[in-house]
Amino acid sequence: MAVINLNVNGKKQSVDVDPKTPVLWVLREHLNLVGTKYGCGIAQCGACTIHLDGVAVRSCQLPVSVIGERAITTIEGLSENGDHPVQQAWLEHDVPQCGYCQAGQIMSATALLKQNPAPSDEQIETAMNGNICRCGTYVRIKAAIKTAATAKS
Amino acid sequence: MTIVKTNINRRSFLKASALAGGGFMLSFSWLAGCKPAAEEALALPKEWFELNGYLKIGENGLVTIMSPNPEIGQNVKTSMPMLVAEELDVDWKNVIVEQAPLNTTVFTRQLAGGSQSISQSWKSLRMAGATARKMLREAAAKTWQVPVEEITTEASMLYHKASSKSASYGEMASAAAKIEVPKEVELKNNSDFKIIGTSRNNVDGKKIVTGQPLYGLDYRAEGMLVAMIAHPPAFGMKLKSVDDSQARTMPGIKDVFTIKSYPEDYAQQWCDVSSFPELVVVVGNTTWEVMNARKALKLEWEQFQDHEISSSTFWGTTVKVKVPGGLENSSQHAKLMTDYAAKNAKVVRKDGNPEAVFKKAAKVIERTYSAPFLAHNTMEPMNFFAHVTEEKAELVGPIQTPEFMEKSVAARLNLPLEKIEIQMTRQGGGFGRRLYGHYLVEAAVISQKIKAPVKLIYTREDDMSFGVYRPAYHALYRAALDADNNLIAFHVKAGGIPESPLFADRFPAGAVDNYLAEEWTAPSNISVGAFRAPASNFIAGAEQSFLDEVAEVAEKDPIQFRLDLLDRALNQPVGEKNDYEAKRLKGVLELVRSKSNWGQDMPNVHRGVSAYFCHDSYVAHVIDLVVENGNPRVEKVHCAVDCGIVVNPIAAINLVEGGSVDGIGHAMYSGLTFTNGTPDQTNFNKYRLIRHSEAPKAIDVHFVPSTVDPTGLGEPPFPPVMGALANALYKATGKRHYQQPYLGEGITVG
Repeated sequence: MAVINLNVNGKKQSVDVDPKTPVLWVLREHLNLVGTKYGCGIAQCGACTIHLDGVAVRSCQLPVSVIGERAITTIEGLSENGDHPVQQAWLEHDVPQCGYCQAGQIMSATALLKQNPAPSDEQIETAMNGNICRCGTYVRIKAAIKTAATAKS
Repeated sequence: MTIVKTNINRRSFLKASALAGGGFMLSFSWLAGCKPAAEEALALPKEWFELNGYLKIGENGLVTIMSPNPEIGQNVKTSMPMLVAEELDVDWKNVIVEQAPLNTTVFTRQLAGGSQSISQSWKSLRMAGATARKMLREAAAKTWQVPVEEITTEASMLYHKASSKSASYGEMASAAAKIEVPKEVELKNNSDFKIIGTSRNNVDGKKIVTGQPLYGLDYRAEGMLVAMIAHPPAFGMKLKSVDDSQARTMPGIKDVFTIKSYPEDYAQQWCDVSSFPELVVVVGNTTWEVMNARKALKLEWEQFQDHEISSSTFWGTTVKVKVPGGLENSSQHAKLMTDYAAKNAKVVRKDGNPEAVFKKAAKVIERTYSAPFLAHNTMEPMNFFAHVTEEKAELVGPIQTPEFMEKSVAARLNLPLEKIEIQMTRQGGGFGRRLYGHYLVEAAVISQKIKAPVKLIYTREDDMSFGVYRPAYHALYRAALDADNNLIAFHVKAGGIPESPLFADRFPAGAVDNYLAEEWTAPSNISVGAFRAPASNFIAGAEQSFLDEVAEVAEKDPIQFRLDLLDRALNQPVGEKNDYEAKRLKGVLELVRSKSNWGQDMPNVHRGVSAYFCHDSYVAHVIDLVVENGNPRVEKVHCAVDCGIVVNPIAAINLVEGGSVDGIGHAMYSGLTFTNGTPDQTNFNKYRLIRHSEAPKAIDVHFVPSTVDPTGLGEPPFPPVMGALANALYKATGKRHYQQPYLGEGITVG
């Protein structure tokens, strides 16, 4: 066990955990931020996507000890009132079915738009390919990303 | 106007209230995170007045509507309360929706399965709203001393026009709560609907996009421990010995023990399917610690012998089920299916004299189709919270069959039914997997043993290798054409490991004079169960691919070929037991033909069609396929749907889109294979699900305008798209696809 200091959603946090613990489980079980989901544990489904200094990463295979000073953003910290343009576009298009994968989808989409404010269809597909949606909401996800891109520009 | 007798009474309402206000429900911290999803026009009221088990009204006019059924992504948590709100005549923006706990006194059929939630509750939910509206009107009449017939309502307001009196529902709620429950109520005419038929966004949408706790895996309670199970590595094996000496000493570990999910002499219910009733359990403080300790277990397994288990069917009859010993392989399965297809099978339906007609036919077409086992792979793996004490069992989590599992848990824990409390969370997918609640029973047994609240968590590997899979299927089709290319005989012989996919009375039964439907099953120890549109999820694609090929040999347009057969079924049906409406199946084919501009030549676009009826709804697909860099890509899916009245268009369209994507994905990419009883794919690095870049670029959904009572959409759009895909692939590649997943056959494009 070791005391590890983290910067999560702009807040300083301190946890006493096995340093090898993946960030996913630190968020979910030690910081009570359960918006980041467990889906596969091997970085293949994208449900656990968070931002590390604004870049989308899978948190399920990321040991908490390697984070250091880098800022973690989770779905809970994406906006103060759920009004990030991507979240709003998601609501406008009524994207979710079961909804379980959507936090991860949104985190991937926001990171994409930050890097590329007007992505092409192909660029969206490439950036989002690591996020599985078993309900098959892909068409709406793409439409929502485009709406958010328009809203931002 | 429909007048219906109310089947709800004051006593059941009071019982529901007692439960709602009792110690169970969800913990306070949990509820605090669940603010109303709708744009809040009103704050939370100081006082609630419960008019019946389905709804309560606050003094400020805010209305809470209970959603009785499990929400697995089919959007019933929005669409079911819409039915209540419609008849209550309430302003939707002042509605909060709450997931009801299991309560068989108030609610009926709290089950997610068979795409039946809306159709089975169409009357009862509207009745609940209409009953409360009538009580509000009577309260107003009494207060204002006017005849009740003169009281009208609109958008949460009561009016007496003659005296210019008005009051909000909130103002009248307290008085209405004292009114006798009416013995009968009037339901609205369809033409008066203000909410049904309009698009209402997902009531949990805001919570989902902001990551608030909603799912079973998110649930926590004071003092809660985490549990994981170790199960046999292969179907056909059982536990032999446990060495937990190292695991026990690891940090955060509370206990390691074995459990049995069911008592020895227990007759399993249909939903108790579990291949691994004896399990090793690790309990500890956190998921990570438990995961690590589980890896340190030294476990020995051994093969079990042929044996019998006692099981009851969905309809309640008890049967003995033979479980064969042995470690099964997919290569053997393939051979087994070929062997069975060559043997005599059970005749399920026979019209005319198919054998004789096949002998004299000008042309006979024979094709064989197969599909592998599938794992459900709900994005949220199996999990459940349990807190079992001597007093009661509290269970919280994702389950499609709470009413059935309540009985299983009661039997296993030896507690009376009324001491079992089940709360359903929002579920990260269902697709049939959560009909089988062994994980709920396991959680309860673990909690009882460890004497603490506990959450049982399956990893993805657990979830995929401890499945209740879609069976492996096989179908042999034969068609006979006469010299004029008329279809004169049709034969289907279908089977599976270990269940048959045959629907003998569906199309083209009824449309062909000489018809033979046969089925067979081959035993297996691999556990199987319902998977989104059970059996249809294979047979639709097979049949619709075959019909496409028959139409081609008959030199007919594939849509016209089907329409001609349907005309026959409509005008002069063969046999008396055809369980589809030819007119409605025709309707979706005609609609998709017109909306897709079928027949119009589009350069480099390859098209396939299919249409299918299942779960009371009708769906037709046309797929437009293009070839990009040698890879087939679905450019567009055109869907025509007849599900009667469309309750919530935005969500209905979403389900049709999703079902189509899911169907394309499974037909193209997915499959579970076995080596010596062990699944070869246990995570998404090997088990393929469709991804963004493989999804259709666009999906157009069209509904047949209808005044027929609504039917479901969770399953019907899933099966037919597989046929349309196979037929479009043929157009693109010149190659017919007979085995799913199609990609497994090595698709290459010229």
